[in-house]
Amino acid sequence: MIEQNVGDPNSIKKTTIVEADQEIAWRVFTEKMGSWWPLAYYKIGPANAVDAVIEPHVGGRWFERGEDSSTCQWGSVLAWEPPSRIVLSWDINADWKYDPELNTEIEVRFVPDGSKRTRVELEHRRLDRYGARRDEMRRIYDTEGDWGKLLEAFAGVAAAWKEA
Amino acid sequence: MATSQRIEKVFDALGDPTRRAVFRRVRKGNRSVREIAEGMDVSRPAVSQHLKVLKSAGLVVVQIEGSRRLYGIDRNGIEALKQWLDGFWDTSLTAFKRAAELEQDNTEDRHD
Repeated sequence: MIEQNVGDPNSIKKTTIVEADQEIAWRVFTEKMGSWWPLAYYKIGPANAVDAVIEPHVGGRWFERGEDSSTCQWGSVLAWEPPSRIVLSWDINADWKYDPELNTEIEVRFVPDGSKRTRVELEHRRLDRYGARRDEMRRIYDTEGDWGKLLEAFAGVAAAWKEA
Repeated sequence: MATSQRIEKVFDALGDPTRRAVFRRVRKGNRSVREIAEGMDVSRPAVSQHLKVLKSAGLVVVQIEGSRRLYGIDRNGIEALKQWLDGFWDTSLTAFKRAAELEQDNTEDRHD
C-alpha cells in the first residue's frame, strides 16, 4: 500500500507500487489526472470541478476545470521528463487559495520495478513555505492522526456505519 | 478548499456525546425525530437541535415523506470525512494506483 518516510518536517514522502508499466503510470498521472484525482474533495474553485489538467511542458499550468468551464490554477510544471519524473509547484496556500508566490514542490518519480510494475515515489517538499501554518498543512497532506478522542468516536461511528 | 472547514464542523458536531448518540440512532435508518428521541434522556426539541447541527456538518440528511421529516445518514458527508482521515496524498495516490492499474488492464485487453 502507501508507504511513508518520517523525518524532515518540511517534506512528506509517499511510495506506492502500481501494477502497470512505467509509461502507463506516467500517462495516467499526467494526462488523465482528472480520471482519478479526488475532485469532489480536493479542489479549490467555487464551481464543481470536472477535470484536473497538467499542461505537458516546463512552465505549463496545473489547474482544475470547473463544470462552468472556469479554471483555477494549482501550480506549474517545473520539470517534465516523461516517463520517469515530473516536478510541479503546488501553490495553494493555507487558506486554500492560489498564490503563485507559494512554491511548495511536488516531485513524482516513476521507477520501473519489473514487468508491468512501477514504483511511484511522491515527495511534497518545501512545506516550510507555509510558515507558522506548516504543521497544520502537513497534517492535512499526510495522514491525520492526532485528534485523539474525536477520532476514536468517529472510528466507532464509521465502523458501525459500515456494518449497517 | 472548504473540506478542512467542513471537517472541523464534523468534529465539533461529534464532539458532544449526546449528539453522537443521536447520530448512532440516525444510522439505523430513516427515522423521525420522535423515533430518534424514544428512550433517550433528552427532550424532543433537544434532539431536533442536535439533528440540526449534524445536518449542517453534512452528517445527516432529511427526507420529507408526506408530513413526516425522516432523518438518515448523509453518505457523501461520511465519504468526505473518510477521505480526509486518510490524508490528502494517501487518498490521491490510492486513487491514482487504481486508475493506472485499470489502464494497464484495458491496454492488455486491446492487445489480446
